[in-house]
Amino acid sequence: MPRLVSHPDEVKVVSRRFGMGAAEIDRYIELGGYASAKKCLEEGPDWIINEMKASNLRGRGGAGFPTGMKWSFVPKQSAKPKYVLVNGDESEPGTCKDHLIFLHDPHAVIEGTIIAGLAIGAKVGFIYLRGEYRYLLEIMEKAVADAYAKGYLGKSIFGSETEFEIITQTGAGAYEVGEESALMESLEGKRGVPRIKPPFPAVVGLYGGPTVINNAETIATVPHVIEMGGAAFSAIGSPRNGGTRLFSVSGHVERPGVYELPMGYNLKKIVYDVAGGIRGGRKLKAVVPGGSSTPVLLPEEIEELGMDFDQVGKVGSMLGSAGVVVLDDQTCIVEFALRTISFYQHESCGWCIPCREGTDWLKKSLTRFHAGFGEAKDIDNIQYLAENMMGRTFCPLGDAAAMPTIAFVKKFRKEFEDHLNGRPCPFAKHVEMAVL
Amino acid sequence: MSPETMTLFSPQLAARLDALVEKYPVRRSALVPMLLYAQDEIGYLSDAVIAEVAERIGVTELEVRNVATYYSMLRFKPAGKYNVQVCTNISCMLRGGFDVFEKFQEELGIGHKGVTADGVFSLEEVECIGACCWAPAIQVNYEFHDELTPEAVPGLLKSYRGQVKAEGKNPNA
Repeated sequence: MPRLVSHPDEVKVVSRRFGMGAAEIDRYIELGGYASAKKCLEEGPDWIINEMKASNLRGRGGAGFPTGMKWSFVPKQSAKPKYVLVNGDESEPGTCKDHLIFLHDPHAVIEGTIIAGLAIGAKVGFIYLRGEYRYLLEIMEKAVADAYAKGYLGKSIFGSETEFEIITQTGAGAYEVGEESALMESLEGKRGVPRIKPPFPAVVGLYGGPTVINNAETIATVPHVIEMGGAAFSAIGSPRNGGTRLFSVSGHVERPGVYELPMGYNLKKIVYDVAGGIRGGRKLKAVVPGGSSTPVLLPEEIEELGMDFDQVGKVGSMLGSAGVVVLDDQTCIVEFALRTISFYQHESCGWCIPCREGTDWLKKSLTRFHAGFGEAKDIDNIQYLAENMMGRTFCPLGDAAAMPTIAFVKKFRKEFEDHLNGRPCPFAKHVEMAVL
Repeated sequence: MSPETMTLFSPQLAARLDALVEKYPVRRSALVPMLLYAQDEIGYLSDAVIAEVAERIGVTELEVRNVATYYSMLRFKPAGKYNVQVCTNISCMLRGGFDVFEKFQEELGIGHKGVTADGVFSLEEVECIGACCWAPAIQVNYEFHDELTPEAVPGLLKSYRGQVKAEGKNPNA
């Protein structure tokens, strides 16, 4: 069972029920569960969407799109059935927050899905978990069965005239399926390749019907927004960034773990205070702020940095999935960059050529550098190649590979130069001969 | 599938798959989970498994293969009874994931995608498994083991070997 952590600065909203046995439906109800869904059933879709807009809740998957606005884009009238889709494909390296939500609070996901369904007028919701999360899928399946048994799901939810069904689904290993249109393809029983947009899912989504797709953390947050009121939720965070965020802090810190902190909380404090500082009293070298696809930050860049979508965007990176990966001064950046790009090369679905070929060439170049056989001109070539992948693919995987690579080369050029002439740096541990 | 139809699967799994195709608005949505559940029982996606899945879903075998080859958890060759999947992605790497992987290689005498001669273990280096804050992490089949050290590897392998012995049967049976 993954270890839970806590810190006095935490504001526990989404993680409020972690470690309290809330996976059992009666315990969840005892802790205030399903009251929000009942309230939403009485208040109706316009009220729900207004509360969601007032909450300033923004998508926790990484893009940070305002949830209330997303829901409002779904047409009221539709010839085809509408769907709610919960993205629990959590695969961004450095991110393990949904893991804890499914483990400790599966009913919050169900309740949020019901509320999203009420808001857009959908009768069916899907909860998609990555294939590796089998034990969590079993927890979710039991929770769904318990909710049916109570009459919270089914033909007449909470004794009303309203129908809502939830279907759980497993993936089978694919990072790309975390992208919304690829997830729909996968759920339709196909290869998880992305669809061209527009049309956006709100208009043409799953099975061609209007679809709202939200990250599991976003959906698990919804019942809390309803419970405390949109304005009160918004007030916890920073301007235009409502509420709290589950930060997965990993790497070279003393106390790695998932911490729930208000949006806008200072990154330096996350590293040095919340997570206990750098392991073994070493020095900080760099921080990846929001999962492996977000550009790396230097120690001086985190000093005054508030962790919300806008502030992290201003310093040229992204809040992303809030997976904070901390690197100490004995980390080889070339090795770290290579491991990052190897992941994207492995996970590129191959649909778009700039991503398929680009990630492959970046991996080859970085492998050569890592082994100490890089050439000076390759440093510029890596950057040029990565820059030419940006914005040229159906889905953001190409950008996700290119963005961090550009930042590694720009911010740590000296380290790349140090790897020239057959001399891998002293901190490179896993040198393999490049197969070129 | 009608009860008379021949199936490769146990009665429990066959019943589960019968229910699975009824679960979705569109039958084909059952494809990916069906492949995974079939693999869990049979060990891998053999030609016969693919043929039966194709029939159950109502698509061609080629379409099943087209989908199955996309997903990294699906395999076309047998793995060990216990498939050891070691994450070496960034968060695990920073906390010794490669050292853990190397220790498994040494203990088992096999490399990435290898299977031990007795069929008990197979080994894989995998991408992020969503346990970054409890790194380095591995999965043995679907079971997570967090905050692993190379020193803990022999004991872990021993406990799985013990389970095979306790069952008292050939893992390949």
